[in-house]
Amino acid sequence: MIEVRDIGKTYGSVIALADVSTVVNPGEVTCVLGDNGAGKSTLIKILAGVHQHDKGQFLIDGDEVRFASPREALDSGIATVYQDLAVVPLMSVWRNFHLGSEPTVGWGPLRRLDRKKGRETTRTALAEMGIDLRDVEQPVGTLSGGERQCVAIARAVHFGAKVLILDEPTAALGVKQAGVVLRYVAQARDRGLGVVLITHNPHHAYPVGDRFLLLKRGRSLGSYEKGDITIEELTRQMAGGAELEALEHELRAVQK
Amino acid sequence: MSVAVRSQSDERLAKPGLWDRLVVRPEIGALLGALAVFVFFSVVAGQFLSPLGVANWLDDASTLGIMAVAVAMLMIGGEFDLSAGVMTASTALVTAIFATQVGLNVWFSLLLSLVFALGVGAINGWLVMRTGLPSFIVTLGTFLALQGLNLGVTRLITGTVQVSGMRSADGYESAGMLFASTVDIGGTDFQVSIVWWVLFAAVAAWVLVRTRFGNWTFAVGGSALSSRAVGVPVVRTKITLFMTTAFAAWIVGSINILRNASVQANQGIGLEFQYIIAAVIGGCLLTGGFGSAVGAAIGALIFGMARQGIVYAQWNSDWFMLFLGVMLLAAVLVNNTFRRRAERVRR
Repeated sequence: MIEVRDIGKTYGSVIALADVSTVVNPGEVTCVLGDNGAGKSTLIKILAGVHQHDKGQFLIDGDEVRFASPREALDSGIATVYQDLAVVPLMSVWRNFHLGSEPTVGWGPLRRLDRKKGRETTRTALAEMGIDLRDVEQPVGTLSGGERQCVAIARAVHFGAKVLILDEPTAALGVKQAGVVLRYVAQARDRGLGVVLITHNPHHAYPVGDRFLLLKRGRSLGSYEKGDITIEELTRQMAGGAELEALEHELRAVQK
Repeated sequence: MSVAVRSQSDERLAKPGLWDRLVVRPEIGALLGALAVFVFFSVVAGQFLSPLGVANWLDDASTLGIMAVAVAMLMIGGEFDLSAGVMTASTALVTAIFATQVGLNVWFSLLLSLVFALGVGAINGWLVMRTGLPSFIVTLGTFLALQGLNLGVTRLITGTVQVSGMRSADGYESAGMLFASTVDIGGTDFQVSIVWWVLFAAVAAWVLVRTRFGNWTFAVGGSALSSRAVGVPVVRTKITLFMTTAFAAWIVGSINILRNASVQANQGIGLEFQYIIAAVIGGCLLTGGFGSAVGAAIGALIFGMARQGIVYAQWNSDWFMLFLGVMLLAAVLVNNTFRRRAERVRR
C-alpha cells in the first residue's frame, strides 16, 4: 500500500536519511528498528507529513505523493501515534478520541458538539478494541501510559486509517503494559491495517512484525522478511554486530 | 483480552463522590471565594448590599469581566496578551479621533475601530505563530508600541493627550444606547455593560465546552503538537483567540468612550495584569489547556466586589493590593493542586 524507494532527507548539511526503501502492506506489520539517531524519526515524519523528503519516491497505491501537513497524510489514511504526543493529558478521553474530527449537530453559528454521540462512539470503539474504561469523561492524564497509547491506537483505527504509524509505542512502558500495547498492534493488523512499528527493542518487534527494516546512521542495513531472519540475528545486527563482539572481548579482558 | 485492562481500571479507580466531582470544576474555587468576599463585605460595609452599592460593584466588575473572559479563552489556548489593557484605550481613541477630528458618524467610527482592533489581534497572533516566540514577549512588544502610538498620535492630532467632544458627534446618542445606557431596576440605574458582561461570559462558556472551536482551544493550549498531529488547525485557532481578545477590547473601549465622551491617551496601562489575575482566580492554568470562562467572569466579580467593598467599608484603598495578592496566591495554589490530580501519570 505504501512504498518508499531510495528515500532521503537532509537538514542543511546533515544527512538524516539516505537511500532507504521498504513497503507497508495491508494486514502486515513493518518494523523499523534502529538505535538513537538512526533516522527512524525522520522516516516516520516523512510518512506522517510532518517533514517532506528531498530524494527518492514516496508512493501510495502506486501514486507518488508528497504531504504538506499531517492533515493531508490523515486524509490519505495515514494516522500516526507518537510516543509522547499521542493525547492531550488534561482533556477527557472522549474529547481526545474525537479531537480534530468532532461529531457535530446543528448548523451555522449554532453548530455544536454532539456530546452524547461522542461519548457513545468513544465507548463502543474502545470496547471493540477490547479496552473497557469506566468513565470516558476522565482526563486522559489519569490513564496509564499503556492505556493512553491504546486510546490513540483505537482512535486511529476508528477514524478509518489504512496505515497506522506507531512511534516507539512501548518505549516508556513496563513489560506488562508493553504486552498490552503489542496486542492492540496485532489487533489493528488483523483488521487489515498496514502498521509501521518503530522501536529499538527487537523483542517487541519480532513477535508482531512481518518485515524488519534496520536503520543505522540514516542508512538502511537491510529490509528482511520474517522468514529470512531470526531474533538473534536481528538483535545482533541492531546492537552493531561486530562492534558488540569486540566490546564483549574488551569487557572480558577487563574482568581478567 | 479485555480482562487485564478492566480489572486494572476497576481496582485503581474509586467511584468519585460529589466532592470529587465538584473539585475538578475549574470555577469552584472562584465561586467559593466570591461567596466569601460577598458575605464579608455584606457584614462589614452597610452600603455594600444597597441597590446603588450592588449597581456600583457590578459595573466595576463588568468591563473587567468582559476582558477577563476573553483573556481566559486565550490563556486556555496557551497564550498571553499583554497588549489587552492598552488596547481598550486604543480602540476608544480610534473611535474618538474618527468621530471628533475627522467628523465621521459614530457608528462608522466604531466600525473602523473594530477593524483596527481585529487587525491588531491578527498581527499579535500571526507574529506569535510565525516566530514561535513566547506570546509574553511578542505582546509585550505590541503593548509598548500601542502605548507609544496612543500618546504620539493623539498629541499629533489634538495637541493634547486626550480626545473629547464626542457628545456633539453624529450618532452618539444611538450608539450610546447600545454601549453606555442604563437600565432602571427598582429606582437604581444599572449600567448596560453588566448585560454585555453576562452575555459575553455565557457565549464564551458555550463556545468553550460545546463547540469544535472550544475543543480545539483546550487542545492547542494543552498540547499544540499533539493537536497538530491529529489535524487541528493550531495556527488558525490561536490567531482567532487573539482576535477575540482584541474584539473584547473593542467592546470595552466602546463602552468607555461612549460613557465618558472623552478618553485619555494613557488609559488602560496595567489593566492587562488585572485581566490575567481575574482569569487565574477563575481557574485558568498559566500553562494553558485548562480553565473556564464562567470562572474568569466570577474572578472579575471578586475584583469588583473587593474594590468597591473596601471603599464602602471606608478603608484605605491601599489594602486592595494586599487583598489581590492573597487572592492570587490562594487561587494558584488551588489550581496547582488540581493540575497534579489531573496530570498524575500512573504507570
